[in-house]
Amino acid sequence: MAEAVDYKVIGTSPIRPDGVDKVTGRAQYGADLNLPNMIYGRVLRSPHAHARIKRIDTSRAEAMKGVYSVVSGKDFPEAEHGEIGGEGGGDISDLAKNIMARDKVLYHGHPVAAVAARSQRVAEEALAAIEVEYEVLTPVLDLDTAMASDAPLVDENCYTKNLPEKPDKPSNIAAVMQLGRGDVDQGFEQADVIVEGEYRIPAAHQGYIEPHACIANTNESGQSTVWCCTQGHFEFRAMTAKVLNMNVADLKFVASEIGGGFGGKTVVYLEPVAVLLSRKAHRPVKMMMTREEVFRATGPASGTHIKVKVGARKDGTITAATAWMAYEAGAFAGAPMGPGAMSVFAPYDLENFKVEAFDVLVNKPKVAAYRAPGAPQSMHAMECALDELARKLGMDPIDLRLKNAADEGTQAPYGPKFPAIGLKACLNAAKNHPNYTKPLPEGAGRGIAVGFWFNVGMQSSAEVHINENGTVTVVEGNPDIGGSRASMCLMAAETLGVPYEQVRAIIGDTESTGFSNVTGGSRTTFATGMAVVRACEDIIAQCRARAAATWGVDEDQVLWEDGQATPAPGVNADVKPLSLADIAANAAKTGGPLLGRASLNAQGAGASFSVNIADVQVDRETGKVDVLGFTAIQDAGRAIHKAYVEGQMQGGAAQGLGWALNEEYIYDANGVMQNAGFLDYRIPVASDLPMIDCEIVEVPNPSHPYGVRGVGETPIVAPLAATANAVRDAVGIRIHDLPLSPPRIVAAIDAAGS
Amino acid sequence: MSKVQVTTSINGEEMEFLCEPQQTLLEVLRETLSRTGTKEGCATGDCGACSVLVDDRLVCACLMLGVEAEGHEITTIEGIATDDGLHPLQQKFLEHAALQCGICTPGLIVAAKSLLEKHPDPDETTIRYWLAGNLCRCTGYDKIIRAVQDAAKELAHPA
Repeated sequence: MAEAVDYKVIGTSPIRPDGVDKVTGRAQYGADLNLPNMIYGRVLRSPHAHARIKRIDTSRAEAMKGVYSVVSGKDFPEAEHGEIGGEGGGDISDLAKNIMARDKVLYHGHPVAAVAARSQRVAEEALAAIEVEYEVLTPVLDLDTAMASDAPLVDENCYTKNLPEKPDKPSNIAAVMQLGRGDVDQGFEQADVIVEGEYRIPAAHQGYIEPHACIANTNESGQSTVWCCTQGHFEFRAMTAKVLNMNVADLKFVASEIGGGFGGKTVVYLEPVAVLLSRKAHRPVKMMMTREEVFRATGPASGTHIKVKVGARKDGTITAATAWMAYEAGAFAGAPMGPGAMSVFAPYDLENFKVEAFDVLVNKPKVAAYRAPGAPQSMHAMECALDELARKLGMDPIDLRLKNAADEGTQAPYGPKFPAIGLKACLNAAKNHPNYTKPLPEGAGRGIAVGFWFNVGMQSSAEVHINENGTVTVVEGNPDIGGSRASMCLMAAETLGVPYEQVRAIIGDTESTGFSNVTGGSRTTFATGMAVVRACEDIIAQCRARAAATWGVDEDQVLWEDGQATPAPGVNADVKPLSLADIAANAAKTGGPLLGRASLNAQGAGASFSVNIADVQVDRETGKVDVLGFTAIQDAGRAIHKAYVEGQMQGGAAQGLGWALNEEYIYDANGVMQNAGFLDYRIPVASDLPMIDCEIVEVPNPSHPYGVRGVGETPIVAPLAATANAVRDAVGIRIHDLPLSPPRIVAAIDAAGS
Repeated sequence: MSKVQVTTSINGEEMEFLCEPQQTLLEVLRETLSRTGTKEGCATGDCGACSVLVDDRLVCACLMLGVEAEGHEITTIEGIATDDGLHPLQQKFLEHAALQCGICTPGLIVAAKSLLEKHPDPDETTIRYWLAGNLCRCTGYDKIIRAVQDAAKELAHPA
């Protein structure tokens, strides 16, 4: 198991096998493929945030020269209700209506029709020729309005789920969730100190630099091949099949390289539309979103309104905690209020707590998973409240958290008992980190916060082929979004005992490898890695059997050491060890090619905890926040590729800092997003950030052969509160809402001064 | 619509193409000439994914018309490596794991090449401001800055 072992390649940082193609422009991303006879698809989108479609007339567009096909809601089959699955969640019927509106449009940018034409320009001219008559309805644009009893309804058939009885009238509250333990009233009575806070965070976009893109090529028998940028081509195939009422066997999905996703490329938008357009046009159809479309109609993460109350004794022991949290779902149910509710108190060992969460419809784009979906918002509230609690108690904020920290055996708020976890190790690492105690410049502030994510396992498949010279090809089904081919090659090399350079990993399409769930939930290195290790173990077993046959001994008399079959001590000492290359070269005579495989539904994804330290300087006149330093400390279980683990921590920190300081969806009164471009929706640029210091803590996950915990999502959780707590430290005022943009900070300073 | 004939040089190779007057250089590179190494992230000049050099000047290809390439020398990511192999920037991006998804990488390498031609020994702040027009959503820029610093060293003192 994963105790301190001297690994040969695990924990190093070699060059990724797909690297050269990505630094020379060869790698093919979603929009980079072109096919003979290909035409271009474009989507007509709603100019209203909420309206009934009275009439769509596409006849003029269809008659235009160079237009090959036009589709609208009536061309799609009626989709059945059913769970989408994966990380985003939601209903298939809703997904179908999100791809193409039927009777109502529910947000500005909602697709109402699509055309395929010989060029993008002709396609755009054809969109302009489509006539749509709308009956404009009042849009529901914020949580307060949406949750009011007299609110206009986004969906007239939405009855709140998870209540003891079906409510007698519809509302915008799609679902509620409650979680709790103990007696919070009694707990608050035992408290010496109580803090309360109310926190609002607007929606933020994943902000991947590559817009969604795909090509569909549908033939006359109805079979279709789709190339697209996706976090999970198997799930894209499943969703497309359900939305179009097709047989999955008639759909082949090929994942291109993917230019970022962060959860946002776990659901289909264009692909079913492209399949339909291609079916009608009898040609391959390429569709690419503009950046504006990406902002208006994909993602984002939920805007939230969260209240927390925490009580503690003088010694810092938390006696009770409550949270009330409302998450914007956008136009269709499925906000990540569940994970938000389950994560808010996850780092702490609490006797008494209660959480109430709401999934709320508003006339905005349907939210999608964004790195630890739900947790950054809820944990921001809790971690800010703990900062206030530490101040009231006069305690060090790390000590307060250590006092209450969950550990092995603690029953998590969401149910199970934690196995070995790294929270205390991370808190102690933060406390001992020189960045925690180094002096701050005059007027600067420092804040800390804890982050957490559950991580998931789910289904993965892997095959390992041994080539005739003993080199290794790993085939797996998870698009490589941040260096996972390198991690797979490292685990395969370590397991087989061969040099890393002799292993290559490829991402199979849906017809050439076994089913794998999305690259999401921080599951790939954990679950798909586990499948790769098992497939390598399958190879080793076959190699031992072949060596045993060659030597005329029993299989248990053959060991596998340093990439070769060796005889067990005491066995005929004359036989020479057989390397992987030796066995591969002789494969024809010993039973044919060496092919290992494994498929599994991985269990035991270990939770990952983090602690972040942020140092900021605030210009009290302009309200601008400069990030002076940022330290990310996180339990990776075992870092397979060290530099890419650091990369996840640094990238998540940057996204969290963006959310904390700048990023937000800004709407006008009609529900039209006012900043649908990278100029006005400002993600962090190089000159906004300092170097981001990383410390990888390794508390091995007992469920993984090398101790891996997922590392992709936890990094975005703590930066929001760490930054807000640092700003609080610097300016002496608690600003509850995000982002901590210059106008908000100036307003808070002015209000405090007057 | 009638097309315009344009004569230009792309990565040192003389080239002629026909383009519509309103087509951007980015569209021409990607669609007409199949140079898809130059990426589109926004098409509004905000993300830098389509950074190319026009006569050694750093330009967003989405903000320039194809017809404006007439008589100029264009360098794209496909023209950065040489017969001797990868450019030091490309090599250092790999060694420092300065790319995760890699979609911003071509633009960043082109921009960094332009930076190092003008400032062979840049400090961290200079690098950060020079690359501020190239958005990366994956890395937090830390490893990109280090890769550029290391490439600058390598170019100054080839190993």
